[in-house]
Amino acid sequence: MLKSIKEKWIYLVIAILLILIPFDWFLGKYNTLMIFIGLNTMVTVGLCLLMGYTGQVSLGQAAYYGIGAYFSAILSKTYNVDPWLAMLIAAVVTGTFAYSIGYLIFRLKGNYLAMATLGIGIIIWILFRQLSQFTGGPDGMSGIPYLSIGGFVFDTPFKRYYLVWFFTLALLFISQNIIRSRTGRALRAIHGSEDAAESIGINVAQFKVKIFVLSAVFASLAGSLFVHHLRFVSPQQFDFLASVKLVVMAVIGGLASIWGAIFGAATTNILSDELLLNFGELDIVVYGLILMLVMIFMPQGLFVKLKEIIVLWRARAAEKEKI
Amino acid sequence: MSPDQFFQYLISGITQGSIYALVALGFTIIYAVTKIINFAQGEFVMLGGMLSFTLINAAGIPFVPALLLAVLSTAVIGAVLYILAIRTARKASVVSLIIITIGASIFIRGIVRQFLGVDSVRPPFFSGDESLVVMGAIVRPQALWIIGTTIVVTIILHLFLSCTMIGNALKASAISKIAAAKVGIDTRTMALCAFILAATIGGISGIVMAPLALTSYNVGVMLGLKGFVSASIGGFKSPIVSVIGGITIGIVESLAVGINWGPFTSSYKDAIAIVVLLLILLIRSGRLATEERTA
Repeated sequence: MLKSIKEKWIYLVIAILLILIPFDWFLGKYNTLMIFIGLNTMVTVGLCLLMGYTGQVSLGQAAYYGIGAYFSAILSKTYNVDPWLAMLIAAVVTGTFAYSIGYLIFRLKGNYLAMATLGIGIIIWILFRQLSQFTGGPDGMSGIPYLSIGGFVFDTPFKRYYLVWFFTLALLFISQNIIRSRTGRALRAIHGSEDAAESIGINVAQFKVKIFVLSAVFASLAGSLFVHHLRFVSPQQFDFLASVKLVVMAVIGGLASIWGAIFGAATTNILSDELLLNFGELDIVVYGLILMLVMIFMPQGLFVKLKEIIVLWRARAAEKEKI
Repeated sequence: MSPDQFFQYLISGITQGSIYALVALGFTIIYAVTKIINFAQGEFVMLGGMLSFTLINAAGIPFVPALLLAVLSTAVIGAVLYILAIRTARKASVVSLIIITIGASIFIRGIVRQFLGVDSVRPPFFSGDESLVVMGAIVRPQALWIIGTTIVVTIILHLFLSCTMIGNALKASAISKIAAAKVGIDTRTMALCAFILAATIGGISGIVMAPLALTSYNVGVMLGLKGFVSASIGGFKSPIVSVIGGITIGIVESLAVGINWGPFTSSYKDAIAIVVLLLILLIRSGRLATEERTA
């Protein structure tokens, strides 16, 4: 009981902070950064679910982010479809595509599956570049309309901050509910032992495909919001390195950790946009180091490890008090 | 396509395929001994080419010593990769190891970009660039160097694995780690040997391909992917099958571009190998699943 009251307080403080951040007198100058953290969190939480609960890594997640972005951009700009409808269509297309791909490749395991996701990611990236009559080729597309509700247009970073974080928090809560549901228990069983889960009647392959589809749809939604925020899209944003960056975020946040996704996305974005900018293009060196160090020394993720350390430290402090 | 053109595309396919074959050999050696897919294998090829260019052009070291030094440095980097990143993560899962080698690959790429630049470079040709005409097709001397190197490396590797003590120990560890350890083979040293061997072969393929195909800090991903496709044809088991796989992929790519119809144009060239990969994986998926379970 005590713990849950405390938890509520923490949520309240975080909620107030999130509401106040975009004001100029607080952290308003970081609105664009915060929007990207939100967008990346949406993709990362899908990847965390995938990696944590199916024990599988997707090395092509940026492709699904890209499909969402391109479908939104092309439908809303070239064909004048309502941006919200375009976003929905993009999500459905990405989900269907991920389902058919997942149905085929989730019969594979480990290295082969990882390489398959990498390969499919590269094929989609090649299509973004080559289908230039639709996508604008390597130069990309610009002048994509803003999202709007009735007459209210999301035309400033301040307004879009709330839009993006509304979606981010919604996806985080959806993910948390999934983990706490019957599906979540099945996923944890799969995580523990696939063979044991199979033997008590859980359709392991089907659950894996479901999570894969979910992660792709999350990425697609983020891609749509991304394109209506930046109003520009080009293939470079969805290449192999973009997929690796998403894996970095998931690895920092911790596999199978939903709230860690925010931590992972925030750390990576702040590193890229604020700290490493002064050192030229060193970011991929740092990402490489992070991937190696975290996976060697704390494979459950930096965020999860930090949480463990804090819990341990508090338990020790409590023991000392008793003495 | 006329017979002359066909032969031209065949030659360039075999040349390109020889590079894939050497990358595939690296994958196969490391996988056989350690059951790890080294996602940084393509970076060894990149390192070989970039280092040979830097040593010759910037450091002014004579041609042959520069090439040897480039291969040696790549081999050392392979050893360091194994000792620092792979050996320390001893009980890591397959996914952890994938992420570690991906991390190593972008780390190496970033370092090269930082210190050697982002431009595509061309080290000098081994023996000039006066093209020969064979059966109506133009063959560049560097292409012969590439094909010849692949043949020589494959033969030496075969002799090494079957005629030397270390080679036999490597083969034993590939067949069964436990049994190899029981007869007194230090399997961790064998894993180190596998990484050094794979890095050396990668470095060699890098120095021979760079004068013809050019090289830059980011060629590793595609080469790695195609080498993986080639090696997966033989299921990462037999070096010879991996070499044949690589050359096949090279020829298929080149001929598909030669047809130049619909999706078979040079802009989709890179997609062809990936489609082949997906087909192989799907056809073999049943067997692969059981293999990984028992591994």
